[in-house]
Amino acid sequence: MSLQIEDPRIVEFDVQTDEMLVNMGPQHPSTHGVLRLLLRTDGEIVHECTPHIGYLHRCAEKIGENLSPPQYIPYTDRMDYLAAMNMNLGFALAIEKLIGMEVPEKAVHLRVLIAEMGRIASHLVGMGTYGLDLGTFSPFLYAFREREIILDLFEETCGARLTYSYLTIGGATHDLPDEIEMPDGLAALIGKHKGERLPFLEVIEIFLQWLELRIKEYHTLLTRNMIFISRTAGMGILTPEMAVSYGCTGPVLRGSGVDFDLRRDGESIYTRMYEGYDFDIPVAPFKDAPREVALGDNWCRFYVRMLEVVQAIRLVRQAIPKYKAAKGSYREPFKMNAKLPKDEVYLETEAPRGQMGFYVVGNGEGNPLRLRAKSSCFCNVSVTDQICQGVPLADIPAIVGSLDIVMGEIDR
Amino acid sequence: MDIQGIHAVLLERFGEAVVGSQPFKAIDPWIQVAAASIVEVGTFLRDDSRLLFNHLNDLCGVDYLETDPKKQAKFGHEPHVEVVYHLTSLKLRHLLKIKVLVPRWKDDVAGQLPVVPSVSDVWSIANWHEREAYDLMGIDFSGHPNLRRILCPEDWVGHPLRKDYDFPLEYHGVRGH
Repeated sequence: MSLQIEDPRIVEFDVQTDEMLVNMGPQHPSTHGVLRLLLRTDGEIVHECTPHIGYLHRCAEKIGENLSPPQYIPYTDRMDYLAAMNMNLGFALAIEKLIGMEVPEKAVHLRVLIAEMGRIASHLVGMGTYGLDLGTFSPFLYAFREREIILDLFEETCGARLTYSYLTIGGATHDLPDEIEMPDGLAALIGKHKGERLPFLEVIEIFLQWLELRIKEYHTLLTRNMIFISRTAGMGILTPEMAVSYGCTGPVLRGSGVDFDLRRDGESIYTRMYEGYDFDIPVAPFKDAPREVALGDNWCRFYVRMLEVVQAIRLVRQAIPKYKAAKGSYREPFKMNAKLPKDEVYLETEAPRGQMGFYVVGNGEGNPLRLRAKSSCFCNVSVTDQICQGVPLADIPAIVGSLDIVMGEIDR
Repeated sequence: MDIQGIHAVLLERFGEAVVGSQPFKAIDPWIQVAAASIVEVGTFLRDDSRLLFNHLNDLCGVDYLETDPKKQAKFGHEPHVEVVYHLTSLKLRHLLKIKVLVPRWKDDVAGQLPVVPSVSDVWSIANWHEREAYDLMGIDFSGHPNLRRILCPEDWVGHPLRKDYDFPLEYHGVRGH
């Protein structure tokens, strides 16, 4: 006797896959560090995505209570190690706000120049590694080639390539160098000036000119690439309401269409730095976006970063003549053992990955009573569960990568 | 709106018992809110059309305690724990700092965590910030959906940012110091 099936559809509904818990990370190449994602999957589809953090926790806040502010500057480098200059700047500004220090004009323009170069370097890494997450290797090589030149230039200014401790309380540790030997990497790329000694600011100008032409290539490689668009457009949509409620900041917030940038809307001690500078703040939606793109998706977040590189180039270009014309010292002295007043400040600055905040409570001693570092990536990564629901497993790296997180900053 | 204006709005709505008679003077002036009312105050701050504090920048705990007996005379604070909320209105572009003061230990029994109502329903990001404050500072946020440690391992003992925290000598066979 053969088995009779009354309704063939019943059989279809009977075929079920078990829910499975998948651990992605903490040593997974596409999680940008030691991030562990606990995924509840049904076949290929992810139903729940719980981020577990803390693998890189180095007690930065506790250490801050036992050090004086100038001693703490090197620890800020190690938070967001891809944009260490911007971390230095955020902490230095918070302490300056606490003690009421005015920074000389020359130091202000030096800081804009250095911070925006840091932003370019950081976004280049963001772009390159995002390409890696999506399985294309060449943008990564180009991005790191360009970033290498910025690191060479930073090395000429302060001697370090990654953890600079350059921008410090009152200004910077050194003035910019007058004349440097042309970095070999840059000389090879542009095909002249090898071994020549040129003014530092002229080398920056040469580099920017060269970088500007490359940006079109990145757009061809990634932004307008059909495969890239189909992997990013309409994927990982973060609505503006959700972005605000989850405290997302920086390119993630602006990619969701919220027009907020601390360089324009921040506190006066920070916006004063950018007074007299002309720059735009890229905010989604974009007129030139491909048809498939939706507001707040991976593509928008990526494109905001790409446009911010262009704006950063503009800012550096404006900073060069202003720095040359500025009088005064590059630094207002600050004593290593100076006592902090009995007061407290909170200051956020626009770091490449979002708003980095420092909350410092002074209590009449050299060391602060409490030092809190509010991380932008911490807030940005908290939204992963919301935007990863119902997507295929293979798109998780695409979504997490578009948030551009650095674990050193999340775990502190 | 400046801090005086915000305080006047809150005073009119909640009364002096909840938000104090006036804001505290500092570089960033702040308003002290009674612990029991923080959720209502937070919801009002977020939704009122004059305030619209839709963005929680930061939430953290501060432990006021001087463990060195020689410095205690100059310390100038009663021992207590503060929860500090930094808010921004992305629409109206103004800032606010509010604080909730609680005793270091609930009922002054060492080890009993002080309780503050959770604002994770008001601002979603408070969920993670409160987990961090619980983990590092030892504050029990009542009504929190998932109050687990976030940065330290789950089996960690103590709350490291407390001023009287004892550093562990070993953890799972790994020696400290």
